Amino acid sequence: MNLTLKIWRQDGADVAGRLVTYQVSEISEDMSFLEMLDTLNEQLIASGEEPVAFDSDCREGICGMCGLMISGQAHGPEVTTTCQLHMRSFKDGDTITVEPWRAEAFPVVRDLVVDRSAFDRIIQAGGFISVNTGAAPEANNTPVPKVKADRAFDTATCIGCGACVAACPNASGMLFMGAKVTHLSELPQGQAERDARVVSMVNQHDHEGFGGCTNIGECSAACPKEIPLDVISTLNADFRKAKRGA
Amino acid sequence: MTDTQTQDLPGGDMFTLGTPIADTKSPDGPIEQRWTTAKFENKLVNPANRRKLSVIIVGTGLAGAAAAATLGEAGYHVKSFCYQDSPRRAHSIAAQGGINAAKNYNDDGDSTYRLFYDTVKGGDYRSRESNVYRLAEVSTNIIDQCVAQGVPFARDYGGLLDNRSFGGVQVARTFYARGQTGQQLLIGAYQAMERQVAGGTVTSFTRHEMLELIVKDGKARGIIARDMVTGAIETHLADAVVLASGGYGNVFFLSTNAMGCNVTATWRAHRKGAYFGNPCYTQIHPTCIPVSGDHQSKLTLMSESLRNDGRIWVPKNREDCDKDPRDIAEEDRDYYLERIYPSFGNLVPRDIASRQAKYMCDEGRGVGPVVGDFRRGVYLDFADAIARLGEDAVRAKYGNLFDMYARITGEDPYKVPMRIYPAVHYTMGGLWVDYDLETTIPGLYATGEANFSDHGANRLGASSLMQCLADGYFVLPNTIRNYLAEGPFEPISEDAPEVVEARQAVEGRIKTLLSINGERTVDSFHRELGNIMWEFCGMERTEEGLRKAIDLIRGLKEEFWRNVRVLGAADTLNQSLEKAGRVADFIELGELMCIDALHRRESCGGHFRAESQTEDGEALRHDDEFAYVAAWEFGGDSAAPVLHKEDLVYNFIELKQRSYK
Ligand SMILES: Cc1cc2nc3c(=O)[nH]c(=O)nc-3n(C[C@H](O)[C@H](O)[C@H](O)COP(=O)(O)OP(=O)(O)OC[C@H]3O[C@@H](n4cnc5c(N)ncnc54)[C@H](O)[C@@H]3O)c2cc1C
Ligand code: FES
Repeated sequence: MNLTLKIWRQDGADVAGRLVTYQVSEISEDMSFLEMLDTLNEQLIASGEEPVAFDSDCREGICGMCGLMISGQAHGPEVTTTCQLHMRSFKDGDTITVEPWRAEAFPVVRDLVVDRSAFDRIIQAGGFISVNTGAAPEANNTPVPKVKADRAFDTATCIGCGACVAACPNASGMLFMGAKVTHLSELPQGQAERDARVVSMVNQHDHEGFGGCTNIGECSAACPKEIPLDVISTLNADFRKAKRGA
Repeated sequence: MTDTQTQDLPGGDMFTLGTPIADTKSPDGPIEQRWTTAKFENKLVNPANRRKLSVIIVGTGLAGAAAAATLGEAGYHVKSFCYQDSPRRAHSIAAQGGINAAKNYNDDGDSTYRLFYDTVKGGDYRSRESNVYRLAEVSTNIIDQCVAQGVPFARDYGGLLDNRSFGGVQVARTFYARGQTGQQLLIGAYQAMERQVAGGTVTSFTRHEMLELIVKDGKARGIIARDMVTGAIETHLADAVVLASGGYGNVFFLSTNAMGCNVTATWRAHRKGAYFGNPCYTQIHPTCIPVSGDHQSKLTLMSESLRNDGRIWVPKNREDCDKDPRDIAEEDRDYYLERIYPSFGNLVPRDIASRQAKYMCDEGRGVGPVVGDFRRGVYLDFADAIARLGEDAVRAKYGNLFDMYARITGEDPYKVPMRIYPAVHYTMGGLWVDYDLETTIPGLYATGEANFSDHGANRLGASSLMQCLADGYFVLPNTIRNYLAEGPFEPISEDAPEVVEARQAVEGRIKTLLSINGERTVDSFHRELGNIMWEFCGMERTEEGLRKAIDLIRGLKEEFWRNVRVLGAADTLNQSLEKAGRVADFIELGELMCIDALHRRESCGGHFRAESQTEDGEALRHDDEFAYVAAWEFGGDSAAPVLHKEDLVYNFIELKQRSYK
């Protein structure tokens, strides 16, 4: 298929960006979206133009490194990551706009690459269970009811890609944070630090410049791992409880 | 010291022979007590001194993040590096199937000894007994640690941990978290590490690529890294350096590794004096989604846990290969693994399953689209499992894998059998390390997939995650203190000649890469290298093929430095430049892999030499000649590499020809 691409080009964080139009041809529907961009880049290099910078690593939907706004949708039209989106989701003659994640807390580094280190700092603020190596008790001494274990797992599947922030009109990081808080709150091992964790993470979230949640639900709809919206309810409940206790 | 009497050895014109490795620092005595002895005998570092000691850890996968967290908790000053934008994205994240541990929760006869035995046997008797035993011994601590961190392993209805059995073994010792075991373990290690970042013991450098090792007075003292955002070339100094930089499967261009996986960190160390162990040992995984065309940038693995319930077959008759598989009658199907290996069936080790798939396709009985000149695919069929267990049960077990398959191929595996084909997946080779995980450069350690590891010539499923976490949480933190106890070492200045030289070497290389301005893209060189490696140093290797490959690679190297085109500047994010440096190192590694494969004229594990097989086509080892680790010393840019042998002595396990029939 032949496509028209409008791609965001920006030389660096402090330089203005612009959309540039490119044509690509003979795109196979078995290609992934990123392989389509690889093809464009090979073409650009041949013609002496610098290739488009974009992030990707695993290319199997698990590392969370990729992430593009594709015609206004985070990760494009399917519920999956950009690297797992395949060209069979498009048709010959389409025009596709490709932009980086847009959020104050995710500044653009170059072209389609953004800085998501704010997520790491939210985890540093408390997204862990404090247990030094060697201090762990025998694993099967603490059974975890299957329902809780399953919910912990479902929320632990977050890959930290940032699509939730990009999709949210408030650029809120609540789905990301709610997923982590829920994962750890469901488990007996996570109880000791439960109150302190949520308060500290929320403070960091706000400090990074993420917006608040106004219950729009775009985050969960864009999430390639289908993290449910109710993790934000868990987050809020834990936060209220922690504040009341304090 | 070298001795040039290699003419009588296979491939002897390609290398010189050095002195054998005399000491691996492995303690003596009963194997069950060696690790306890070592831990006791290793020197201690006073907690007050730890703050003054610094360790650089390159890599934030399971091996690197676990070590960073643990050393940080102990109070050392750690600097952690990764090339991704977050430590959580290291390729360990992609592991699907599970992690082994000898917990024996199922009371099915498992034990530390059995895990040890299975690993040595699975590795085709090419690993070091002491290391493997230690690995099996600490495996159980890993599970305890991860559960305490909140890793959500699968559980049964009683709330206890669930296990499954995994390729090549007959006990259920694999712990798993649906199809995302690697992700869940890595997030556990990442969180533990971020906790230390918050605590101030670990400093994290993301989007930083190590491009050179600093060696002074014979000791590893730091690295030169490039800030991938600003392009700044930075010097980082420390008392010790740990390379946990993962595997080098991307030398084949197409592999199940992530796009950025590279050999640069370990190759640069190799060039500075660290021996490279068994570079030719590559694992080709039997259950990957087949190549769909020339645009392919990477291959996707389907966890081999699928082989527990899926049945592998090809049509008996070539004429049936383009039929809808559902229309091929039962009696016209060849369930070839079940036929050839009745006792292990579809669960034979990876190397055997891969090679058999290749033979079926070479015979013209492959299925799926024609790629190149023939069909490269075999069926992995769940129809029986769905009939037996029901679609829901199959979905509960493998749902995310089936979804991934459907997304990539556009086919529904609940209805049509999956198509799979082998792909490069894991490299058993890596930097040679002793029992302490120390390389031949004092103060330089290698852990995880980056070392030549405990897996011999073939790794069993679910054993890499185990090794990476064993190294990171339990082994390295205990062995490195033996070295650090001698520190803090003499202060080293950024102006020391060794440091300046390392830095200038990096700057010079970058300048050269940007100034060649030739005709070909970096990817085109990488693809060509990959084709050479896959064709001649892949599932089946021959003397003639390997010699041809070495010739081709030398030509490719010459052309690369004359004709590559890298656009853009040095002082900005420049992904072509990053790739160019990696591909240049892959080219050099590729040559060494072929030389290693050429010199090892036996078949063992993942290394199959066509000249060395039994009458019925199985791999044939030659223990009299080759029961050793090949540790290669860099000979210089225009000199042959030097082979040092570490003899493998088996005191606890009897060497046998592997048989899975
Ligand atoms: C698809 C797939 C599935 C797998 N499934 C399983 C499984 O089910 N069970 C199992 O046991 N094993 C499995 N494996 C193998 C296992 O996942 C890996 O061997 C293991 O995770 C490697 O971990 P590591 O810590 O050594 O390296 P990695 O996780 O690869 O981490 C390497 C780190 O080094 C950094 N790095 C690399 N080079 C540089 C450089 N030059 N400068 C700075 N940083 C650098 C990277 O940024 C990264 O942080 C699988 C592998 C793959 C590819
Ligand atoms: S590249 Fe890893 S999730 Fe897309």
